[in-house]
Amino acid sequence: MADMALSDANIAESAWMSRAKALSRLRITDKAFFQITRAAAYFVLLLLGAIIVSLIIGGWPALKEFGFSFLVSQSWNPVTEKFGALAPIYGTVVTSLIAMLIAVPLGLLITLFLTELCPMWLRRPISIAIELLAGIPSIIYGIWGLFVFAPFLQRTLQPFLIDLFGNVPVLSTLFAGPPYGIGVLTSGLILAIMVLPFITSISRDVFEAVPPMLKEAAYGLGFTTWEVVRYVVLPYARVGVIGGVMLALGRALGETMAVTFVIGNAHKVSSSLLAPGTTISATIANEFTEAVGDLYTSSLIALGLLLFCITFIVLAIARYMLMRIERRIG
Amino acid sequence: MALMDLYSRRRRRNTIVLALSFGATAAGLGWLTLILGSLVWESFRGFSLDVFTHMTPPPGAAGGGLLNPIVGSLIMTTLGVAVGTPIGILAGTYMAEYGRYAHVTKVVRFINDILLSAPSIVIGLFIYEMVVYPMGHFSGFAGGLALAVLVIPVVVRTTEDMLMLVPKELREASAALGTPRAKIIWNVSYRAARAGIVTGILLAVARISGETAPLLFTALNNQFFSLDLNQPMASLPAVIFQFALSPYQDWQRLAWVGAMIITFAVLALSITARALAGSRKPS
Repeated sequence: MADMALSDANIAESAWMSRAKALSRLRITDKAFFQITRAAAYFVLLLLGAIIVSLIIGGWPALKEFGFSFLVSQSWNPVTEKFGALAPIYGTVVTSLIAMLIAVPLGLLITLFLTELCPMWLRRPISIAIELLAGIPSIIYGIWGLFVFAPFLQRTLQPFLIDLFGNVPVLSTLFAGPPYGIGVLTSGLILAIMVLPFITSISRDVFEAVPPMLKEAAYGLGFTTWEVVRYVVLPYARVGVIGGVMLALGRALGETMAVTFVIGNAHKVSSSLLAPGTTISATIANEFTEAVGDLYTSSLIALGLLLFCITFIVLAIARYMLMRIERRIG
Repeated sequence: MALMDLYSRRRRRNTIVLALSFGATAAGLGWLTLILGSLVWESFRGFSLDVFTHMTPPPGAAGGGLLNPIVGSLIMTTLGVAVGTPIGILAGTYMAEYGRYAHVTKVVRFINDILLSAPSIVIGLFIYEMVVYPMGHFSGFAGGLALAVLVIPVVVRTTEDMLMLVPKELREASAALGTPRAKIIWNVSYRAARAGIVTGILLAVARISGETAPLLFTALNNQFFSLDLNQPMASLPAVIFQFALSPYQDWQRLAWVGAMIITFAVLALSITARALAGSRKPS
């Protein structure tokens, strides 16, 4: 009898022991898992830091050698080892500007169609189709631009522009020179197609977040569709739309492959939009593996640093704007 | 009379804008069909089963295929996903589960969103500095790592979004049963958000399988069949880049075929991801 009581106590004891063991094991795995996930989150921060630091270290020789003149010098001469970033910076800015000039109105008009005019059953298919444009890899835009789009522009749009503006004072320099097909304008147009879906999808989200009551009140007052969009929807959605545009701008500034195919890679600042040029990313993509000499490589990495800084600022503004609109929509 | 003028002017302006918006949508859809159409048309001439069974040809030689770049792309994409996905999921888990209200979460979210749209060529330079330069040579391994850096932000973002959608009552119910936090995450949250997380991984694969810029100076390219991660490795996008800009017709034709393979793989992936996500909108 006493034995049995003892063994009962033993069983209870061992059950309690195993329970404690299991609990402590759980506590340890719990702690470990927490630490691992937190480390992963910090790793994302570390990644950004490492990118910036490695670019600064890599680009330092060039930045030290050329100083501020790196930003304003136009020369890009591997033989004499004189490098300046002006031509790539100029190309990057101008191609992105052209892209935005075309993509923003176009994107907003498509959004207007999708949110106000399009029948319900067509909305989803059309917006998915537009968003597929964002899914196509950039190299596809490049090969398409080189073999299909550039020859087409060379035959049609570019001669037309040259003829049209040939005698207009300022515009004639913008559209001067022979129609190469490839060049700054072509790159800008391709970029416009590529960033279009970013603008459309974000502005569609913010357009749809406009309270229907506001719109209905405006319609009730006799507003036309355009007036509702212009005076009610756009003011309400402004911050979000600007955020979307900045996001698209960030994409356009950093886009590499599509531009590399059609820009022509000429290291000069040319007043004509039809002339070949280069961008920061295209320069890096084209020359990095062939760069000989530390200063050449370093100059290219410094270009990368420059690009990263520009896009970082643009994207930070975009995220800030989008965060503001998200908070408002709740 | 003036009122009628104003009225008809407003109507006219409205009609013009509406017509323009029709036109813009038609242009957008037109571009998509044009790109896909010329892709199919151009690659149709060069397409044969040889593409999947033969190596890339030397310049000027007819025939040949894309076997080595296809295999290279698959290997590096797998490596990129294998390295990037766990880190991304864990970071997303911290942001949505443990540190939902922590300050660092806001910072990580902001930085992650910036990494999400950072120029991919800069990632290539980064891996060059970190891996290629110290190792002294280009390698498939470096290419895979560059792709992993691109995978991480996509997976972090979708994992966090999807875990946020898991109702907190589920977590509370299991916590009331005495379940430890890690077990709740593994057995409840992950299970509830599984479809969403898989969507994120698919989107990441779609994103990296068309990436060229980060591979150009990490994995470089390779004319020959190679499974060695320590050697330069061919990839479809890099081969397309090289072949399309070459003066040889056969190479250009192969570039088109490669372009079609990539495009349809990527579109299939993103459509699958959309279908998986159902009515939920992928970011």
